[in-house]
Amino acid sequence: MSDDEKFDAIIIGAGPAGAACAYLLAKAGKSVILIERGSTAGEKNVTGGRLYTYALELVEPGLYQQAPLQRKVIREQIVMMSQHSAMTMDYVDYDFGAEVPQSFTVLRATFDEWFAAQAEEQGAMLAIGILVEDLIEERGRIIGVRAGDDEIYANVVIAADGVNSFIAQKAGLRGDITADSVGVCAKEVIELPPEVIEARFNLAADEGVARVMSGGTDGVPGGAFLYTNKDSISLGVVVNPVEAAQQGKKVQEMLQDLKMHPVVYPFIKEGTTVEYGAHLVSELGINAMPKKLYRDGLLLIGDAAGFVINTGTMVRGIDLAIVSGVAAARAVLANEGSTNVGTAYLKELEDLALLPTMRLYAKWHDIVGNPRMAATYPNMMNEMIKNMFFVDGKLPKRIDKAMLSIVRKHVSIGQLAADGWKGFRAI
Amino acid sequence: MTVKKLSPEELLGLNKFAVDEAEPHIVLDKAICAKCAEKPCLVVCPAVLYSLKDNEMNFDYAGCLECGTCRVVCKNKGIIKWNYPRGPFGVAFRCG
Ligand SMILES: Cc1cc2nc3c(=O)[nH]c(=O)nc-3n(C[C@H](O)[C@H](O)[C@H](O)COP(=O)(O)OP(=O)(O)OC[C@H]3O[C@@H](n4cnc5c(N)ncnc54)[C@H](O)[C@@H]3O)c2cc1C
Ligand code: SF4
Ligand code: SF4
Repeated sequence: MSDDEKFDAIIIGAGPAGAACAYLLAKAGKSVILIERGSTAGEKNVTGGRLYTYALELVEPGLYQQAPLQRKVIREQIVMMSQHSAMTMDYVDYDFGAEVPQSFTVLRATFDEWFAAQAEEQGAMLAIGILVEDLIEERGRIIGVRAGDDEIYANVVIAADGVNSFIAQKAGLRGDITADSVGVCAKEVIELPPEVIEARFNLAADEGVARVMSGGTDGVPGGAFLYTNKDSISLGVVVNPVEAAQQGKKVQEMLQDLKMHPVVYPFIKEGTTVEYGAHLVSELGINAMPKKLYRDGLLLIGDAAGFVINTGTMVRGIDLAIVSGVAAARAVLANEGSTNVGTAYLKELEDLALLPTMRLYAKWHDIVGNPRMAATYPNMMNEMIKNMFFVDGKLPKRIDKAMLSIVRKHVSIGQLAADGWKGFRAI
Repeated sequence: MTVKKLSPEELLGLNKFAVDEAEPHIVLDKAICAKCAEKPCLVVCPAVLYSLKDNEMNFDYAGCLECGTCRVVCKNKGIIKWNYPRGPFGVAFRCG
């Protein structure tokens, strides 16, 4: 790279946010460089996970059909786990898989590599194996980036460097991320033949399950997930690192215990673990977003901007990353050379329903982050269900009294009412 | 194979790493760590790369998954440098 090269846009990070933005800018004929520190796009990235298809459709209708996606999700399962039992809510909807399926499970190493290659095909320059170390500023405006001895210049720099965004920090748009605003995830990818996965989860060849679990984390606030891929299962735990540390519970061990749990083990047995990954995920939604998402010459998109929604039953980040990439590209295209790109970007985020959606879920962390969700309520629920089904020939307790005594054993009625009210208010 | 509990070493053995021998991307100041009472890094690192040997903090950056958890929990600033590895070093996930 020569010193005086100047692009229309520099995009830092070839995750879904960066690739989506690069795709649209390049397609419109702009000179774009997409810089990724990994030796391929995707090799540094870990997700749960699933991708909500509408976001890819926003980039290019029909694009999802070429994407290396895993299985279309037609089953949603919510599991309340206690030590030896579990209550599973299983929602199946085959319309989720009709025409444009609403979501697919995904493995990021292959997906991100494909997506970045699509941006390249549109004309973006993909520069891999390069870590951007700093921003170049001139009279208050960001005009380029520094990587090793190279300096690269552009009309606009777009930070798509993920949850641990050093670029947003260097730009002064956010402080160091704090431990209480993130969850740490440990994840295994466990290989199994497709037919075995389909038989165990009751699926047809292209169908998949998304399963979220509360109570699988040894009492540490957080949760667990299981997603079916074509020939593997993604299994992971996500916990609050501060609580885990205080309780002295190792993240890696929690995942090992989860594998052996009687409601998890039968699904993964005879499988082979082929990968172990870890990643941070932003947990507080809009409450942890930087106050400003841009400054002169720079926009933040995707996780770098804090765009993640976690409702406890659903995590959305990849789709929001893509949508924000689209918003940034549109803002840049409509405001070339002007200083209004930042405000135009915010307007696009409103129009594409991203910021309104973030606002809608503003208080959900009160429910998801409630420490009683990690053990107390799952245990209570399991005991109540057990009571409903348990028969030993003796005279059963009256159901109302039995239930009340189970509730009392786990929480005070005041606590239950307070949590219920808080939950209701959050929705 | 059947699924079983795996040790941190076994888990990391499954991954591909290109270790940057010339430049560690995470550096500790062991004197600060010695004075750190809580030592959350011992618990939260998913790769279990932090350990105590004769009360001295031991750390090996070679198996790092680049998650950033140690950085965010280290309040006493014993981690005097935390960067991503220079491109294209570090972990390479084949699934993610
Ligand atoms: C456990 C877990 C489960 C999740 N489940 C889901 C789910 O089911 N569905 C969903 O939609 N979302 C989910 N998410 C959230 C989702 O993964 C993220 O929101 C999404 O990946 C954000 O995309 P991004 O492009 O902003 O950032 P990233 O995907 O993090 O990409 C950032 C890129 O920038 C590169 N980079 C960073 N710094 C530099 C630098 N200085 N120079 C060059 N390159 C750099 C990185 O290597 C990386 O490729 C989950 C997250 C986790 C951790
Ligand atoms: S970044 Fe993650 S894997 Fe690497 S040392 Fe820190 S906690 Fe461990
Ligand atoms: S938390 Fe930080 S200061 Fe404390 S022992 Fe760990 S690395 Fe050292």
